Amino acid sequence: MLIDCVIEDTRQRITIAIAAIGGQGGAVLADWLVDIGESNGYFVQSTSVPGVAQRTGTTIYYLEMFPEVEGLGTPVMALMPVAGDVDIVVAAELAEAGRAVQRGIVTPDRTTLIASDHRYYALSEKSALGDGRVSSVEIKQAISDASKRLICFDMQALAETHNTVISATLFGALAGSARLPFAPEHFEAAITASGKSVANNLSAFRSAYAIAQGRDATPIAESRVAWPQDATDPEVSALLDRVATEIMPQASEIVLIGVRRLIDYQDPTYATSYLDRVVAIQKCDREDDRRLTRTVAQHLALWMSYEDSIRVADLKIRRERFDRTRAEVLASEDEIVYLTEFMHPRVEEVADTLPVSLGRWLVNTEWARQFLSQFVLREHKIHSSKLGGYLLLYGIASLQRFRRRTLRFAIENDRIQQWLQRISTLAGQHYDLAVEVTLCQNLIKGYGDTHARGVRNFALIMDSLNGMNISPSTASEIAKLRTAALADENGDQLRNALRVVA
Amino acid sequence: MAERSFAEEVKKLRLGAGDTFHGEGILAVTKALLQSGVAYVGGYQGAPISHLMDVLGDAQQQGILDELGVHFESSASEAAAAAMLAASVNYPLRGAVAWKSTVGTNVASDALANLASGGVTGGALVIVGEDYGEGSSIMQERTHAFAMKSQIWLLDPRPNLESIVSMVEHGFALSEASRTPVMLELRVRACHLHGRFVASSNRAPSPNLRDAMENPVRDTSRIVLPPASFAHEHEKVNERWPAAVAYIKSHQLNEVMEGDIEDIGIILQGGMFNGASRALEILGLADSFGAGRISTYVMNVTYPLIEDELTAFCANKKAVLLIEEGQPEYIEQTLNTVLRHADLNTRVHGKDVLPKAGEYTGDVLLAGIRKFLNLEANHLLDTSIAARDQTLATSQALGSGLANSIPPRPPGFCTGCPERPVFTAMKLLQRELGEFHVSCDIGCHLFSILPPFNIGNTTMGYGLGAAGGAAFNVKSNQRTISVMGDGGFWHNGLTSGIGNAVFNENDNVIVIVDNGYAAATGGQDILSSLGDHPLRSTKNPIAKAVKGVGAKWVKTVHTYDLAKMTRSLRTAMTTKAAGPKVIVARSECMLNRQRREKPIFNTQRREGKRVVKERFGVDPETCTGDHSCIRLSGCPSLTIKDNPDPLRSDPVAFVDNTCVGCGVCGEIAHAAVLCPSFYRAEVIYNPSKWDRFIERVRSRVIRYLQARRARQLARYAC
Repeated sequence: MLIDCVIEDTRQRITIAIAAIGGQGGAVLADWLVDIGESNGYFVQSTSVPGVAQRTGTTIYYLEMFPEVEGLGTPVMALMPVAGDVDIVVAAELAEAGRAVQRGIVTPDRTTLIASDHRYYALSEKSALGDGRVSSVEIKQAISDASKRLICFDMQALAETHNTVISATLFGALAGSARLPFAPEHFEAAITASGKSVANNLSAFRSAYAIAQGRDATPIAESRVAWPQDATDPEVSALLDRVATEIMPQASEIVLIGVRRLIDYQDPTYATSYLDRVVAIQKCDREDDRRLTRTVAQHLALWMSYEDSIRVADLKIRRERFDRTRAEVLASEDEIVYLTEFMHPRVEEVADTLPVSLGRWLVNTEWARQFLSQFVLREHKIHSSKLGGYLLLYGIASLQRFRRRTLRFAIENDRIQQWLQRISTLAGQHYDLAVEVTLCQNLIKGYGDTHARGVRNFALIMDSLNGMNISPSTASEIAKLRTAALADENGDQLRNALRVVA
Repeated sequence: MAERSFAEEVKKLRLGAGDTFHGEGILAVTKALLQSGVAYVGGYQGAPISHLMDVLGDAQQQGILDELGVHFESSASEAAAAAMLAASVNYPLRGAVAWKSTVGTNVASDALANLASGGVTGGALVIVGEDYGEGSSIMQERTHAFAMKSQIWLLDPRPNLESIVSMVEHGFALSEASRTPVMLELRVRACHLHGRFVASSNRAPSPNLRDAMENPVRDTSRIVLPPASFAHEHEKVNERWPAAVAYIKSHQLNEVMEGDIEDIGIILQGGMFNGASRALEILGLADSFGAGRISTYVMNVTYPLIEDELTAFCANKKAVLLIEEGQPEYIEQTLNTVLRHADLNTRVHGKDVLPKAGEYTGDVLLAGIRKFLNLEANHLLDTSIAARDQTLATSQALGSGLANSIPPRPPGFCTGCPERPVFTAMKLLQRELGEFHVSCDIGCHLFSILPPFNIGNTTMGYGLGAAGGAAFNVKSNQRTISVMGDGGFWHNGLTSGIGNAVFNENDNVIVIVDNGYAAATGGQDILSSLGDHPLRSTKNPIAKAVKGVGAKWVKTVHTYDLAKMTRSLRTAMTTKAAGPKVIVARSECMLNRQRREKPIFNTQRREGKRVVKERFGVDPETCTGDHSCIRLSGCPSLTIKDNPDPLRSDPVAFVDNTCVGCGVCGEIAHAAVLCPSFYRAEVIYNPSKWDRFIERVRSRVIRYLQARRARQLARYAC
């Protein structure tokens, strides 16, 4: 067969790639697209590579549509996208939109990109010992630069408000982009035909459609710390005055937060000692900077409100907490929610809440430790919304008034004093280093073994500082050590980094 | 019951002559089998072929197969499936089997080689899902090698449903005409491709299996035993090969598409056609309907090659491009030999302009064809391509700028997966006993090698986890652990793993993950599945089989009980008992459990029945953002969110609403002595009167105390 070879550039196909994460409903979206195309006189071909990617991995669906014309025959459709040839990319998550750019299928001359800007964090981001999240800002910039047109908003949150999944809002945004030659009714018909959660999907579809059409703006929430009007308690009122008059404006907001935290944690007297400590540091801070005061105010507040059993119990019994958990599990008015807490107290936690001498005795007395661990201390499931459990927690929280006499208080207070001492000694000549030492507080967090690991790492870094000849580069070395301490649980990286420093 | 139900789709299998079928590639193949009068079908699931097994299973349950007198079974392994084709040796029965390749072909190759040696009477078709390239979960190899070594014809149709369906029908006829089994190779995307074709009516097999059983035929010359086996080899090359070539030529299974450019040409595997055609279209050398300016020879049959078709195509051309995916480049080698014998000087380009290894994606094909044209027909390259290059360079630069911003996202255990605690237990145990060697298997449990668990050293194949650890059978201060799934166990692990360990008195630990399904391949039922199945025998306990082959130390543990799981592993690792220590780690696959239970739960909730849903949460105020919990779990529903505390910047752990309340979070918090932030919430929907009463009493006291605490705090409010 010899054909007439006048090949014109009359590109009739529409190419669509759906970039999603296994389990997100990419297949549902692809099915709707197949349906809408076939119901409106198009050849539609869709392909995917599910396999194991279905188990929460990155996955991609690819579709082509071609208008059916009498006598023209069947088009040849590709099974995977070619860079520069993709009309529409639908990305069900922000990083997946970025990955689509990396794959080269989003191009500025052609591609309409429909992307939800919510994040579904990857395991590497979630499992970091600190903050392992990648920067969304860079991704947003790149997807905007790489696409011809970008429709981007939080389609996951929108879907959730309609009690459905993201495929419905993605479909709505796609319809709203008007990039496909189908009317909104055709899209809605596809949703209706699929017969699953039709009402919810339709309402989610319509909301997303409106936003994509630019009719509804997406709200941007911003919150700032409110400066208090006044306090009824004279001691608190005096504290507020002191923050206003004694603390430099650059640091007053964070100090206020700290004061509030410590009143909540203990009482105004405790907050006063916090403020005294911050004021003392402020005296050795640089007038043009105040970075040190701010950093100390933040980390001192965290350290002074260390999480002992009393604090944990106090937070667990509050009304706000009960309300929050109800909201989190989406329970409505007439549904009952029971909470169970998972506690595993060790000898250390018991000793922490005892008076200093008794606590020390317990920690150092083998038979008492043995006795406690064998007969009292084990895994406890505490039913905090039933009476027994609630009263137990309430009782522990009530120990708050004795906190200043506990062993834990003595230990933490000692550590805090040494730390502050070191900071103020360094502040004059080695300002950056003083700030770095302050930031090391962030290593001490968590409970049980996690906490012990943090304390150990903190001590290792402080000890290394003792042996060092302090120079202008010491600050960055401490920063490196801090990063290394957060790099792995076993402490391998910190050990290596310490070897380099030594 | 499989993960995906095709109960609706299978109705399409009833379509008659002239009806248009719309659907997935694998479903089209199934329809084509029925149109071809197939008498029996077997196979073993595995992507991308699982859906074929699921579709046939559903079709069988709906009686569609019975109506036609077609027998279908889920074979125990690919070897079992291949051996099943023996029914076509003596009888004119058409049979088809399917599996994931090359792994399945590896398993099947003993039976395939025997089958191909003696030859067949009825058409024998092997449908292989070529799991190669993106989305593949196995080693990257070619099925082509198996076709060549056993002399089985290999079909590689153009990836559209019409061609695929037609090749299924021709496959049977070719098999019968040449007394040789035939393989139909479908790549991943072709299996999952949604398209259309015009159906014809189904044909009941005649004769059928029953006719054959009641009229046995024997021909010992078909059995592989000397001297017949020597005769078979001669028969293959002297009789069956020429018969196949004649059939392929006379039915024009390969296609020549002539273009106006005479001095160059393209030869390709059928499966490559659509991608290549698109590349040519982008280069301005083809239209949207596959008609191109460069003549193309499409090999819908890639083994055997038809020598005179090839020489005729190449005769007046100075150069051809051979598009052959994968390596080694068997076709290119043969093409060169063919041209040499014919004394033709046509230059053959192939792996010189296209990559030696890896999938031939649209981009790869486009680049390769451009290189070919650059070398042989530079004038055909349009200048417009330069503008395209520029646009692509821009987006490429943007993409590479994101190199550090896009986190990798490999697959992992599902939300609430019962296999997760098995590996959490191992991770905790390694903290006590030090690291140990772990021999892995194939299945979802292989995700253990990825973060956050990073557990596992090797995987040697399906069911071979324990065999993969067999060498470590010497005195040592540290035992090894082998992992095996229930799917792999029944596939061959019972003998290759357990039997082997018992017989050789292996002293190590074997964990059998018993989740009730072949879960990784889509939740197909197996011998030990706990659900009732109308057409299969289920509920055969693994522990019984393990004891049956002589294992003495056998413990069954509920996986979600992390403390017990850890204890059992510790005991197994340290006990003085000799011989293999077998732990059957049991709990139902959560994906399948949810699929079964969720609709029931939702219905009951809607109907006003009292139902309780459990899920987990994290108190953000007590979470300090260390994420130890995530490092011991990796559950998709256990994620992170911004820290609501203005003093902290590290994100806090957070359980999203996809949580299924499996309980592992709480178990981990206990077992690893982690943190008091986790809570379990039991939400009682449609509470009873008693529920309401007791709740009122409790909440009265609790609210009173909460108000008291609130007053204390309010005193110092600011």
